[in-house]
This record gives sequence, structure tokens and C-alpha cells, in this order.
Amino acid sequence: MSNTNGNGLPKIGFYVCHCGHNIASMVDVEEVQKFASTLPGVKISRDYKYMCSDPGQELIQKDIKELGLNRIVVASCSPLLHEHTFRVAAEKAGLNPYYFHMVNIRENVSWVHTDKSSATQKAKALTRAAIQRVFFHKPLEKKSVPVNPDVLIVGGGIAGITAALTIANAGKHVYLVEREPTIGGHMAMFDKTFPTLDCAACILTPKMSAVKSHPNITMWTYSEVEKVSGFVGNYKVNIKRKPRYVIEELCVGCMECIDACIYKEAKYPDEFNQKLSKRKPIYIPFPQATPQVVLFDPETCIDFKSHRCKKTCIEACDREAIDLKQVPEYKEINVGTVILTTGFKPYDAELSPQYGYGKYPNVYTSLEIERLVNASGPTSGEVVTKDGNKPKSVGIIHCVGSRDQKAHKWCSKVCCMYSLKLAHLIKEHTGAEVYNFYIDMRTPGKGYDEFYEKIMTEGVHFVRGRVSEVTDWALVPEEENKLTIRVEDTLIGVVRRVPVDMVVLAVGLEPRADAGDIRRMFNISCSNEGWFLERHPKLAPVSTFTDGIFIAGGCQGPKDIPDSVAQAGAAAAEVLSLICAGSIELEPNTASIIEKFCSGCKSCIPICPYSAISFNDGTQKAVINEALCKGCGTCVAACPSGSIIQNLFEDEQIFSEIDGLLKFADIELEEMEAEHA
Amino acid sequence: MKYIYYPGCSLKSTGKLYEESLLAVFDALDIKYEELNDWNCCGATAYMAVDEKKAFVLAARNIALAEEQLKDEAEVNIVAPCSACYMILLKTQKFLEENPEDMAVIKAALKESGLDYKAKAKIRHPLDVFLNDIGEQEIAKRITKPLKGIRVASYYGCQTVRPYSTFDDQRNPVTMDRLFKAAGAEIVDWSMKTRCCGASLTGTIQEVALPLSYIILHEAKKRRADVVTTACSLCQFNLECYQTNIDKKFKTDTKIDVIYFTQLLGLALGLEPKKLGINRLFAQPENLFRIIEGGKPVYV
Amino acid sequence: MDKKSVFAESFALDNAAKDIVEIRRRIKYESELDKGFRDKIAKSAHGEKLYGCIQCGTCSAACPVSHYMDYTPRKIIQMVREGFKEEVLTSSTVWLCASCYACSVECPKGIKITDVMYALKRESILGNYYPKKSPASILANNFFNQVLNNGRNSEGPLLIKMYLKTNPFMLFKNMALGFKLWVRGRISLKTEKIKDKKSLKRLLQSVEDKSNYKAKVHSPALKEASAV
Repeated sequence: MSNTNGNGLPKIGFYVCHCGHNIASMVDVEEVQKFASTLPGVKISRDYKYMCSDPGQELIQKDIKELGLNRIVVASCSPLLHEHTFRVAAEKAGLNPYYFHMVNIRENVSWVHTDKSSATQKAKALTRAAIQRVFFHKPLEKKSVPVNPDVLIVGGGIAGITAALTIANAGKHVYLVEREPTIGGHMAMFDKTFPTLDCAACILTPKMSAVKSHPNITMWTYSEVEKVSGFVGNYKVNIKRKPRYVIEELCVGCMECIDACIYKEAKYPDEFNQKLSKRKPIYIPFPQATPQVVLFDPETCIDFKSHRCKKTCIEACDREAIDLKQVPEYKEINVGTVILTTGFKPYDAELSPQYGYGKYPNVYTSLEIERLVNASGPTSGEVVTKDGNKPKSVGIIHCVGSRDQKAHKWCSKVCCMYSLKLAHLIKEHTGAEVYNFYIDMRTPGKGYDEFYEKIMTEGVHFVRGRVSEVTDWALVPEEENKLTIRVEDTLIGVVRRVPVDMVVLAVGLEPRADAGDIRRMFNISCSNEGWFLERHPKLAPVSTFTDGIFIAGGCQGPKDIPDSVAQAGAAAAEVLSLICAGSIELEPNTASIIEKFCSGCKSCIPICPYSAISFNDGTQKAVINEALCKGCGTCVAACPSGSIIQNLFEDEQIFSEIDGLLKFADIELEEMEAEHA
Repeated sequence: MKYIYYPGCSLKSTGKLYEESLLAVFDALDIKYEELNDWNCCGATAYMAVDEKKAFVLAARNIALAEEQLKDEAEVNIVAPCSACYMILLKTQKFLEENPEDMAVIKAALKESGLDYKAKAKIRHPLDVFLNDIGEQEIAKRITKPLKGIRVASYYGCQTVRPYSTFDDQRNPVTMDRLFKAAGAEIVDWSMKTRCCGASLTGTIQEVALPLSYIILHEAKKRRADVVTTACSLCQFNLECYQTNIDKKFKTDTKIDVIYFTQLLGLALGLEPKKLGINRLFAQPENLFRIIEGGKPVYV
Repeated sequence: MDKKSVFAESFALDNAAKDIVEIRRRIKYESELDKGFRDKIAKSAHGEKLYGCIQCGTCSAACPVSHYMDYTPRKIIQMVREGFKEEVLTSSTVWLCASCYACSVECPKGIKITDVMYALKRESILGNYYPKKSPASILANNFFNQVLNNGRNSEGPLLIKMYLKTNPFMLFKNMALGFKLWVRGRISLKTEKIKDKKSLKRLLQSVEDKSNYKAKVHSPALKEASAV
């Protein structure tokens, strides 16, 4: 152990943290401290109640100065939380921060074990391994890279719109990419918003127009991200713009082509109206669609199917905006940061067959009712059953797909509130008796519980019980030709059969079906449920584990409009903070090639997940771009000639660490044998 | 492949006609089977109410016996036509798999009786065998008297698909519908398929049980069904034999043929009504005979 | 007196009050509850999830006979959790359960309610709580003994025994039906038996010894019930 690594013989300072009772209740901290003091190279060994506190850090700094320490090991919590803290502390005392190493004896030891003596043994073993490891640590320098000030936002719902406007108003350029032909997302489909009952379109459409006309926003609708490469501050993104068969710059949205279509009647299910109405093969999703540009559906347009249409649409367009030969357009952009606002998907009500959705025509989902009550919806705002009559009684079933082990375990958070809103709107439109069947009413939020009270006083029925089934068989005459809801009124303790004309299923929110693909493309994580995972549930709610990628809105978990907007603002602030800093420091744990050993076999090149390795034809050796390297170690393990080394994970550091662990195992074995003897 | 046939108690008494029709259909479809030697009662619902571990050992003994009897076969398939037997055997396997301690007790006890419980046998319902081992197409090929114009309301009862079986949907099972569609019948769309008929209470608390049967029969008539087909001996007995009592109680006419699905399938396969135990029904399904060409009513 | 709280007694209504309208006093004191009851039931097969019940009532709504029960299945779960042992074990709910498993399939929390009901049936028999004239509990007991002794169940003798013990009038009422079945060879008065009765009995005894639990079959309640 004569390696001096640039700053003399190792003089190690070891510090073990109690973390209040978090560690000390399961690990004999004093024993660990005493044990460390006996190890070679250890100059000082201490234990302290909170190492991360200011006095704890000062302890280390004082020792570095007074005792001339040149290696620091702290045994405490996860490096994710405090590695940065201690590195900074060491640096302030004049030590290169990479002479510091952290042992996690909280998440890896005290929190996961139940036997104190074994936990202490494990903590000692990890301590010995870390102390042996720092012998071989070297000083490293961080590299800094500039941040491209352009921003990509994926998803043009209310969260994406808010973030885009905030960033664009700060003078930065935003690319807003939306998959659908219009921005607006789910909010554009809603009629009113709770608890204020203001019209969703009235508050949303001004923002949509602002996005369209903002000089700092490039809005690409009907487009999808195909590929992402690079790293924080310097992402390269490939985007596919799907053909609308209409030249966006020429179309003014006069819709004369739609009138001229040879289909005189609309024939195909209108997606925006939840398939409750019909549209033509050439259409605009809804009156305030942004951009106001028509598009063709090649699945249903005769000309795409048979090439034998009279093309009356083309004749009708005097701006010559229709181009039936349009092909996808591919864009490549460079951005420094990304915000994902890809939203959610409503639960598929057919997966809960006991409620009869898809079987009985008068069973609707909540989103369908939103369209039904909307003036621009399929019935121009008339709430009617499929046979055209106003319902006399309507049952709203809460928690469809939520709080259910067979569907989703989570509470979807917004359904209680939107059910109250729909109850109000349905009663207002039809005067029907409206029943809410709920498990628990969840109305926390500003003005929310007051809204609940308002709806109660309007005379809406509230029956506490989860509906077991919706059926069409009648037991008594009043149930003939009705849908019967069977439920236990749990507050009374009696089973009831409630016949209604219309059933509304308050479907929950779930991750989009392709959330997994997006996750992989942007190299972020998902929770078990499939929501995009935030870096920290409380303290970093819009950050991800990949630097420079942020999340906001329904893609992160169920939330209502105010929460989505708040998150979008937070994500915009995070992005602006990076852009304003101008540059960011990269961790120096990158890999590099020892040229003289490299045989030029190229096996490292295809396996690098960050495309950081290239081949130098002149020298016939591999070259690693340090700015692209994320320090994953894949190439290091794969190199057949052992010619790739990685900072902070050099062979001798790792082997010495393992040796430390194994030595401990040897001691344990000896002790056991001695006991048996 | 050879199957072990585990009849259970009721297929030897009230469900005699289920056994007769099932085995006749097995023969007609060239399904090879052996009856389980010296089988015992599965324990059914009543045993579970008194002593759980003993209920499990009763079921496990049968599985062990089957594994012994077919020890030379690559895999052991036990066909349990009675839905209570079927459910209990599945439940036992599942429970013991999840509770190794109980598994050890049961295994050891069986060992003392010279039996080795390997827990490997597959528990199969005849519907599962017909649809997944034989297949609709193969069955359709053998139909000689298509059920043309017959409206079939398939009725599974509670324990056939609930709660452990995986061969069909627990809320809206369709295997019987597929089977009879293949046989040329019209399928009645109704929501009674798995609604309890109350059979386990008819013997004990009849006031509660009769309305349950009434709801099912009433709905079948309302949906213009010609026949209700069942897969459970308690359901068949309950829905057929109490029709007079029900009509008296509810002052209605619920007269409808309630027969085993194997009986209807057998008729479509052209088998002799007598071989299918049709003669053991309370009322002859004359409606069906009239429609199935060539079939003649058989009276007791 | 030992179970009833002293307070409860002192607050009892006098007859005068009872005569005016039918008044029932309903209050439960903590001392009257059986705190260990829920753990016992939860430990029984598949009962472990009952702590997670959210009282949504799906079980009661799915149950085809819940409207005849004195407590709906949802209430029973809550009463088990809170230790209302006596009320639960003497309730009609437990014996009305037809084991159709509709509740278990529909429960959003995956509680195996049917198996909880089985556990309660067992407790009710073991603790001698079951309604003595209830045909459902008698049938379960008779069935149990018949299989114990013969290995198989014989429907004819089983039902006759049950009716004799509970309501002989019912036997008379069902005679015609029985005759119709007999003519068609669908019922017999013969007792079905397996060949290896001895070994089966040994097997059941062995399970009892091995599981080392109190011999439930020898409980006085059961003996009384099965003696004809």
C-alpha cells in the first residue's frame, strides 16, 4: 500500500454518523468507530450524531487542516443525498473532493436489518472496504459544458402550453411537439372546470392562440419525437412530422374543402367527440383547434384507398393548400433541456365489465359526458340518452378503475371533483335525479369542499357504496327498460337497486400506453405503476434521474388542472435555472482508453448506450468523448484487452474494496471457528 | 392422452344424468379416460365450514390417487365435472402451494397412507377439455344434428368459473357459448351466467333460495331461451326440480328445459337420448326434440 | 354479568320506556369486545387481507342473498375487525352465505370474503354459537360426519337426517320430490362408501394429530349435533 496518488502517504479520516436513531438504533456506531481506528492508514476515527450538519462538516474540515488528512471516509446515508455535501466540505478544506468516499450504512444496513449485532458486523465490513478503497483514490477535475438555451417540450396539453409560454416569455426558444393534430390536450375536451365552473375553452383557447403566435415558440402538431441522443445541455432530437396532406402554411382553416368533400354526410367516428359523433375524412378536430388547419385521414379518404375520387376538395381550395402526395417530414433539433408533459389516458371502462360499458348503450364514460354537455359537442350541449330522450335519472359511479386491485390501486384524485361537476351540469341540463355512488368523497383543495357542499344542497343524491354491477334485468316493474345499479348504501346498511336512464362511469387516470417507450427514449425512470418517476417525491417533484429532463402534469401522476399548471411552472423554472447558469459541471467518473493496450477490435463501440465511443481510423484505436460518457462502465467490462479504465472505478480501487470486504469475512470465519473449538 | 375422471358424489346420484351424458360425449369425441379408483368426497362447501385442514386432505387424497393411477403418463389431467369438486380441487392445490407448512402436514399424512402427493396434476373442467384440448372446429366437424334455431342460455352457476379457474372469464364466461355456437345454436345474451341459483340453500333455507332460482328462470324465459344449459349438478337439480314450487310461490310460469350442457352437446353429436340420461329429467325437453330432427322423446 | 359492563346495566331501559315505542339501546363498550378475534380470523385461510377493507360495500351489493342477512357482509368484516365476536358468530349472515364467491371476485381489495365466512362458520361451530335449529349448520355437521365415516356423501340419507333434526315437516313436504327423483334413479337411500374406509379415517386422524390443534370434531356441540 505504498501508493501515494499524488498527495503523500494516506492519512485517512473516518467518520460514522448516528443519523439520530436512524442508524444508531440498529448499528453499534461506537463499535464501528473503534474498529475503524485500528485499520491501517486511519489517522482519526470519530462518530457524530449528524455528520451532515454544519458542525459535522466543520469537524471534517478541522481535522483535514489540523491533522493533515488526505483521505476522507464517511459512513452515513445514501450518496444520493449527501455525497455532494461532503465533497464540498472536503474541497473547502483544501482537499480534492474525489479523495472522499461514502459508505451507506443507513439504506443498506440499519433500515433493512433487524438484528443489531449482524447489522454492526455488516457496517464494519463496508467500512473496511471503503477505507481500503480510498487508498487508491486520485484527484480528479470536473469538466464543464455549455447549456444550449433552446428547450423541447413534448406534449401540448395544459401543462405543455403553460411551460412553453413561461419559457418563451423569458426570451428562450421553445419547440413544442404535439402528437395530435391540435394542441389543447384533455382540457380542450372539458366543458366546465371545477370548482369555479368557468368554461374550459374560455380560459384555455387564449393560451392556445398565444402559443401559436409566440415568436419564441416553434409549434409542431401531428408530430412525434423519434430519437434522442446527447446529454444535459446538449441534446440532439429527431422529430417526425406526420403528413396532414395539407400545407400548414397555406391553409387558413376556411373549411371549404370539408364542405366540398364528396361525402355529403359525416361518416366516421369523431375522435375528439369520443366517437359520439361523426366526421368526414377531411376535418378539423374542433372549432378552436390550434393550428386552424384541416387534415386528411388516409384510412377513410376514398382517394387514398382507390385513387378514384373526384378530388372536389382540391378544386374547392383556392389557396392550393391540399397536397395528397405529402410525405413525412423529419426534423433534427439541438436543445439543452427537455420537459415531458405527455399527459395521461382515461381508464378503459370495458375492462370493468360489471358496469356494462360497451354492452349497454346508455352507459357513458365521464369524458363522453364532458362532450355531451359541451355546446360544440355531438348533441350541441343536449344531454340525451342514445334514443334521444332526456334522462329522468342518472347514476354516476365513482372509482371506476381506481382503488381496485384488479384495475389500478391508486386513487385518481380528480374523479370525485369532476363527478360533482358533472352532477351539477347534468342536473342543470336535464333536471334529472342524479345519484353519486362513491366509496369516499375526496375533496381537499382550495374551494373544493365548499363545492361539494354546494352540489349537495342542489339536491344531488349521495350514496356511499361501491356499485357491484349495472344490469338490464328487471326484478320489479319500475326497473323495466332501465339500467339497474346494485349497491349497498353503506351508511344505512341496506342493499339498494337504483333504476336509472343513464349511467356515467367516473373513470380513473392511468399512464399512457406508450409511456414505457417515451421513458426509454429519454432515459428516465417510471414508477411501478408506469408514471414517470420524479427524482424525489417531495423535494425534486419535476426533476428526473436524467439531468436536463423534466416532467410536469398528468404524465407524472393523476392531477387536476391547477396542479398540472403549477408543475409546469416549476419545470419551466428548473429549465430557466439551467439556461441562465449557462454551463453545467459534469461528474468526472468517465472512462478513457489506454491507447497502447487498445487492439482496435471495436467491440466497445456498439455497446455504448450514449454513443460516446468512436474509432480513429488513423491510429486504429477507439476514442471516448468525455462529454458524452456518462460513466456507466459498460465498455470497461466489455473490453477484451482491459484497455479501458474508468475514473473512480479503477481496477485497483475496486479490487482493494472487495479485498476489504473479504478480509472481514475471513475474520468472521476465524471467530466462528474459534467459538466452535 | 388419457384423463382421470373424478365423478364426485353427486354425479353418482342426483347428477347421474350428467355422468351418463358426459361419458357418452367423451366416447363420441374419442376422449380416453379412467375413473379414479376408490375416490372419496371432495369435501365440498360443507366440509370447509367445519374443518379446513381435513377438507384439504380429502381433496389432496384424490389428487394423490390420480397421480398414482396415471404414474406412467407424462402429465396427469383430472377431469372434475362437478363444479364444487372442480373448485375444491383447485382451491386445495392453490392453498397448499401458498402454505408450505400445511403442505408438509398434508403430504406427511398422505405418506402414512402410502400415497405420494406431488401437487403436479392439472385440474380440468370438461368445458376446458372440450374447448382447449379438442377445439371448436373439431367438435363442429362431428355435429350431426345441428342445433339450428335453438336459443341456448348458458348457465355456469357460481363455482365453475369462480374464483380459481383460469379457462374462462369469471364475470362473463363464454366457453359454453362458443361450444354451442360451434354446434349451430343461437346464443342468448344474458347477465345471469354466474349468478348464484341458491342451490346450497334450497335444502336448508328454501325461502331464500327459491327467489334466486326464480330470477334466473324468469330472465331465461324473458330472453326467449329454449333451453338453459348448466355445468353443475346442484344448479341443474335446483333449477329443474323446483320449477313447480317456484311457480306456486311466485304465481308465474317458469317452465323451461334445464339440462346439462353435455346432454345438449350429446344430442347435437347425434347420440341416443337415453344414453344421455334424458329419461332421468323431470320433463322431457320436447321442444328440443321437435327441433332436432330425428330425435324421439324418451319417457320413463 | 361478566361480559356486560356495569355501566351498560345501570343505563338499561325500564319497561315503561319500552312500552311507549319499541326502543333498543345500542352502545358498545370496549370491555365487551374481543380484541383477539380479528387476528384469529385473519390467520385462518386467506383471511389476511381483511385489515385492508375500505368498507365500500361491493361485497354486500354483489351478494345474491345479502338482503336476507341481519348484517351485510361488509358489516361483518368491520365487526370482525373491531371484535364484535358474539354478534358475528350468532348472526344469520354466516349461515346464509351460499359460497358463491361473487363477493371474492368483486372485492376491489382482494379480500377472500367467502373464506372469511368459512372461518366464521368454523368458529361458530367450535364455540357452540351456531343456531341449533338452523338447517345450514346441521347440514354442514352431518355432511362432515358422513364423509368422515364413509368417505362419500349420500344425498338421500343426509337430507333425511337433517330434516328429522330441524323440521320434520319439511321432510314430509319434500317427499313427493324425493319420490320423483327416486323413480328416475337420481337418489337412493343407500349409504355410499369407499373401499378403503379405514385408511381414510387414519388419514384424517393423522392430519389432526400433525396439525396439533384442538380436536374440533370432538367438541360437545358437534357431538350433540351429529347424534341422531
